[in-house]
Amino acid sequence: MTKTLLSLSGISKQFDGKAVLDELSLTIDDGEFITLLGPSGCGKTTLLRMMAGFELPDRGTVTLSDADITQTLPEHRPLNTVFQNYALFPHMSVFDNVAYGLKMEKRPKAEIRERVEEALAMVQLEDFAGRKPHQLSGGQQQRVAIARAVVKRPKMLLLDEPLSALDYKLRRTMQVELKRLQRELGITFVFVTHDQEEALSMSDRIVVLKDGCIQQLGTPREVYERPANVFTARFVGQTNFFPGRVTRIEGERISVDVFGLRRELSKPSFRVVMNQPLHVLLRPEDIRVLAPDDTEGVAGKIVERNYKGSTLDSVIELEDGSHVMASEFFDEDDPTFDYSIGERVRVSWVDGWEWLLAEEGNEPLTDEEELAADDAEH
Amino acid sequence: MMQSIKQQPFRAAVLVLVWGWLLFLVLAPNMLVVGASVMTRDPSTFISLPLNFDAYRQLFNPLYLDVFLHSLYMAVLTTLICLLIGYPFAWALSRVEKRRQMLLIFLLIVPFWTNSLVRTYALKLILATNGLLNSALMSLGVIDEPAQLLYTEGAVIVGLVYLLLPFMILPLYSVFEDLRQDVLLASHDLGAGRFATFKNIIVPLTLPGVLAGVMLVLLPAMGLFFVPDILGGSRNLLVGNVIKNQFLDARNWPFGAAASIVLTLTMALLLFAHRLSKRRLGEEGA
Repeated sequence: MTKTLLSLSGISKQFDGKAVLDELSLTIDDGEFITLLGPSGCGKTTLLRMMAGFELPDRGTVTLSDADITQTLPEHRPLNTVFQNYALFPHMSVFDNVAYGLKMEKRPKAEIRERVEEALAMVQLEDFAGRKPHQLSGGQQQRVAIARAVVKRPKMLLLDEPLSALDYKLRRTMQVELKRLQRELGITFVFVTHDQEEALSMSDRIVVLKDGCIQQLGTPREVYERPANVFTARFVGQTNFFPGRVTRIEGERISVDVFGLRRELSKPSFRVVMNQPLHVLLRPEDIRVLAPDDTEGVAGKIVERNYKGSTLDSVIELEDGSHVMASEFFDEDDPTFDYSIGERVRVSWVDGWEWLLAEEGNEPLTDEEELAADDAEH
Repeated sequence: MMQSIKQQPFRAAVLVLVWGWLLFLVLAPNMLVVGASVMTRDPSTFISLPLNFDAYRQLFNPLYLDVFLHSLYMAVLTTLICLLIGYPFAWALSRVEKRRQMLLIFLLIVPFWTNSLVRTYALKLILATNGLLNSALMSLGVIDEPAQLLYTEGAVIVGLVYLLLPFMILPLYSVFEDLRQDVLLASHDLGAGRFATFKNIIVPLTLPGVLAGVMLVLLPAMGLFFVPDILGGSRNLLVGNVIKNQFLDARNWPFGAAASIVLTLTMALLLFAHRLSKRRLGEEGA
């Protein structure tokens, strides 16, 4: 059913002696929406530019439908790009911008007119054909850029952070539209972003990149719920990292001690030994905040509360000084529920919703990654 | 109105200065030139009544028409040479690493610190019969006897190109600086090769710079009278020489003024064309 459209193998690239991509291999299936996600400088844009032909790899090959296109010039690749800042031709009308690619193919005039009008209709810009790019809003320019790229019916559409210049609301609208376009056109989309929320909501598969290496490749659900390593867990969404220790191993089950609570879990995919320290990962929405007189959970007090409309996000300081992020939905029974700062509570979670990760050599994120991850959340 | 002037003395002072400048140092002299051009030549007072268009009629005298056409031809040739050198030069300059770019622009501007008259005399030393160039060519054995380089049309054009090339390069450099790399990549991405991208994207987007450069070179190339004076001999006159001669030697002010006005109108026409091309690119009214 799924057939490989593009494959990259052993791609390495250095700029000024610094490795941007390191022995990277990736196959992209025909018709999928795949997202390259990572902080700035992770190599995601370089990877996209290599697919487009704007950069050549130092080593490795790029194959498109079984043809080696590693050295093929961009103008001869059946792929088109939507640029981050649109890169519209400022001296041409919207119509001429969209027609450009077809004119280069020397298509007959009538066909060009028909296909351009069709492409403009697809992005709801029929009435703007005569305008110049500078007479359009950012969102409209974005649509022209998309129409210009899809009018050639490429095998693959490469999108380089196409929504980053738009405001939040418009970005949401364009996300939905891009998904609709992809469904209607059936073209493979390769989407570059540093916005993990965007990646989760749009993609069939996500490639998480860091320092030119793939950290994880999987569906949004896999990446979010079963992060392969600490970096992915931190970069995609917010996560509580609780220190755990293995206290019992029995067949496929293990016991883990977290804050003195004993949890029964299925054995993770990595090797565990008795008394091994582990990361126990819990998303804020998996945390349960209980009354102080509850018998379950760990004691703590509220140190921060944030009203988010549909959720109430809070930070709880445990007695050992560590902080826990919790995100709770308002429910119909108690629409006025709220916390006051300093309020005593107990923290627990649904047994079995934890995700375990082994401790890694260099644990803490560097400052830059922390910043990038913060950026990505907003 | 009066009140606002009282309240904002600085604003008023600036306005008076600007308008005063424009009125007395730009408008008034130009009006004097226009006035002089429609008056009659007078040996004792330079100009006198009655008003007439004799001076303009005199411009069509075949003798002056010849000078004008030859001057125009030399100016166009100078402009073309400047464009041919300046365009790739500015393009390359815009692609050089930023820090080196600043150094190169600095080197481009350094000659301006020396008076152009002095630099033209320097050129004369190079082109003279036993000047640097002839000596070099002879010692290399390329030629046996000194070539006549000075007092030729070629010498005038070399002089004009030498003096005016920076005026072509600077506006071109500015448009190449504004030329966005991703727009060129987009052109390639959509199937255009190098030549098609040059023709369809680079040329139209750098056209305002070309026109600005042409304006800055073409008109001075008709007016820089000291270049033919020093390098060209009597046969390679510019319109600028004619104007200068009318005022200083022939004492025919109306005719000199009329020739100036024709030159000014040519400039205005070019400015207008430049404005149109800019508007086409959407740089105004956005």
